[in-house]
Amino acid sequence: MQDVLVLMEGIDKSFPGVHALDQCRLELRAGEVLALLGENGAGKSTLMKALAGVHSIDAGQIFYKGKEVTISSPKAAQDLGICMIHQELNLMPHLTVAQNIFIGREPRRAFKFLLDEKAINEQAQQLLDTIHLKIDPRARVADLSVAKQQMVEIAKALSFNSEVLIMDEPTAALTDAEIAELFRIIRQLRDKGVGIIHISHRLEEIKQISDRITVMRDSRYVDTVLTTDVTIDQIINMMVGRTIYESAPEIPENADREIVLEVRNLNRGQAIKTVHFTLKRTAMLGVAGLMGAGRTEVARAIFGADPIDTGEIYIMGKKTTINDPGDAVQHSIGYLSEDRKRYGLALGMDVETNVVLATFKKFQGAFGWVNRVLTRKIAAHYVDALQVKTPSLQQKVKNLSGGNQQKVVIGKWLTRDCDILIFDEPTRGIDIGAKSEIYRLLNDLAQHGKSIIMISSELPEILRMSHRIVVMCEGRITGELSAAEATQERIMAFATQREAAV
Amino acid sequence: MTTTVATSVKKPLVRSEAMQTVLAFAALIVLIIIFSLTSANFLTFNNVVGILLATAVNGVLALGITFVIITGGIDLSVGTVMTFSAVMTGVFITNMGLPVPVGILGGLAAGGLAGFVNGVVIAKLKIPPFIATLGMLNVAKGLSLVISGLKPIYFNDTPVFNSIAMGSVLGSAIPGFDIPNAVLILFITAIIASLILSMTVLGRYTFALGSNEEATRLSGVNVDRWKIAVYTLAGVFTGVAGVLLASRINSAQPALGQGYELDAIAAAVIGGTSLSGGEGTILGTIIGAFIISVLTNGLRILSVPQEWQTVVTGGIIVAAVYLDIVRRRRK
Repeated sequence: MQDVLVLMEGIDKSFPGVHALDQCRLELRAGEVLALLGENGAGKSTLMKALAGVHSIDAGQIFYKGKEVTISSPKAAQDLGICMIHQELNLMPHLTVAQNIFIGREPRRAFKFLLDEKAINEQAQQLLDTIHLKIDPRARVADLSVAKQQMVEIAKALSFNSEVLIMDEPTAALTDAEIAELFRIIRQLRDKGVGIIHISHRLEEIKQISDRITVMRDSRYVDTVLTTDVTIDQIINMMVGRTIYESAPEIPENADREIVLEVRNLNRGQAIKTVHFTLKRTAMLGVAGLMGAGRTEVARAIFGADPIDTGEIYIMGKKTTINDPGDAVQHSIGYLSEDRKRYGLALGMDVETNVVLATFKKFQGAFGWVNRVLTRKIAAHYVDALQVKTPSLQQKVKNLSGGNQQKVVIGKWLTRDCDILIFDEPTRGIDIGAKSEIYRLLNDLAQHGKSIIMISSELPEILRMSHRIVVMCEGRITGELSAAEATQERIMAFATQREAAV
Repeated sequence: MTTTVATSVKKPLVRSEAMQTVLAFAALIVLIIIFSLTSANFLTFNNVVGILLATAVNGVLALGITFVIITGGIDLSVGTVMTFSAVMTGVFITNMGLPVPVGILGGLAAGGLAGFVNGVVIAKLKIPPFIATLGMLNVAKGLSLVISGLKPIYFNDTPVFNSIAMGSVLGSAIPGFDIPNAVLILFITAIIASLILSMTVLGRYTFALGSNEEATRLSGVNVDRWKIAVYTLAGVFTGVAGVLLASRINSAQPALGQGYELDAIAAAVIGGTSLSGGEGTILGTIIGAFIISVLTNGLRILSVPQEWQTVVTGGIIVAAVYLDIVRRRRK
């Protein structure tokens, strides 16, 4: 049996309001590729960041080559020989390949006073040669493709003589040819005895490259299996498990309702590819898919926040051009961003101001004077109707809990009286209790004649709320299911259906 | 028969970063041509020397600020810190009677100290550079006034001090070529700055910080320490500018200085230093400094009122930044 390189046991980690890791374990052997799988938010990245010294852990033990270690910083991990390639690339785009690889450890000359640029380039060239990479060490990183940048990160990791290499979704942005090149390098490293942890959502790819698979779900360790022992269906089963709320949608869909929004043949670069769907009055359309599948991009395109290349949008059967969010609001479309703190709220201001922010014009009197009596009345009405828990209307929004902040955002869009509301991850970062309140609210809205698009990465949420579900993968819609047809397994199968597999 | 496959790598003729420098240089040439066509007095030896001399102080000041802006920071304090250095030089030489070289080193140290404090406040206390250096702007201004007792300090007892900027080593070597030392000092400091930026670890980290500070930190670089080093270096260049200014006008004027920082920032930005960090060259900054002084000088020769000169300079700065943004968006 191969040597155990890394053993993590009983790992616990909490962030404010979230129990991110609960008694997690992981075992990595020398010379293997271990796939780490789980739904979005299952805790994969957090566990790996704990191993790479980015996050500290609350409890648990990490053994490296049989000895217990504490990994307090990225530097400490590097010194041990553990390197992580993060989802967001960590390179200096203005510097060259060689300069990036040797940052912090530059060879010097003239009494260590000057940089030895020649040595930097030569050593980088040697390193690139060992993994047979054709990249000019003098090229600026900003001028390289994402795939090449990824290879540069790998080369950099190798220059630390890493024995453990963690890759967080390295193939997310790569083409098939580039993936093949990446896998060639991964296999080469594996054969040299490097232990590789590969986080990915692409299951066919996992079947190809990995030796063993560790699955996580809901911040917990599920199981570790040999890749050859399981089918893709079995892996999906392990990932989604059984969950508590698989109830039917609370309001039935009525087939003959009018279509309020139709999107035809929407295209934008690589992010959105020929997207087509319809939304009916008082219906809830769930948009499922993995992170980066293009769901938010579609929402932003419909809302006019990003320009589109081609495509048509029909509202109430009429072709409509939406050039900016102002147009969208004119046509009664509201968009509640996935990042409410950045795009949805003025955090430092009070509840009242936030609720009326999108409709300030309504409350203006002569000379731009704001009618405070009216704003207070309106804000009080929505705070009441949405059951926002706040000590007063003057409470700063940043002091509210996530769920109540989300309600304030919803209230804000309700003042505009939008007919079509797009919710992007409406329950992200919200605890379970508040979640069910948000669900109730969304159902209320739908019952009162609103049409809702809900983007969510949480399958139980999609299943519980939606009348119909479209599933996206790599910018395309790969499947459309009615509430009756939908199961977690079917959605996952569509969500991982990459172009090559079609 | 064999077929050879030619692999060609597409490379832009001029890298976009160098593009701004080329554009700035072209703009400088165009300005010079326009002014020499419109006024016979423009390309005279005396006027050219005047332009060179006018560029010296602002140019040296802009060198330090170029480093700071490449890290993605800003230094609003260079104008008044320059005055502070000049006043300290006056205190050391005139008030305390120290030898001139010691006084000059003291002036440079005063600038370096102010820069060091900027760096510590920014790196350790995590105060945004804009605020930290705005604070330093006022602190240095106040200190200059307090220390000098609101009065200028003259260097009348030490005539050699005035010759540092206004003497001409070149003139004594080549008769008739009376270019003041200040100009020589500008070019020497520019070459030193350029070497530091391109050949040393400090220069490398200056770019790395501006390009992606978090990635630099994750690579194990002590980000705080290098940031402090960059601000200190900028302070030393500011000190050089202070000594140059004092030497040129043979006095330390405690009320002078504020406003110089804007011309220095403008020089760097016109020369292609990106306010979002990671890009910039010393050559560009020097060209930028010359564009500003050629413009000011040319407009004055054409009898454009001073107020309108300011308006034009302001417009040019906005145009230069806009160009930079357009260039970036295309990427």
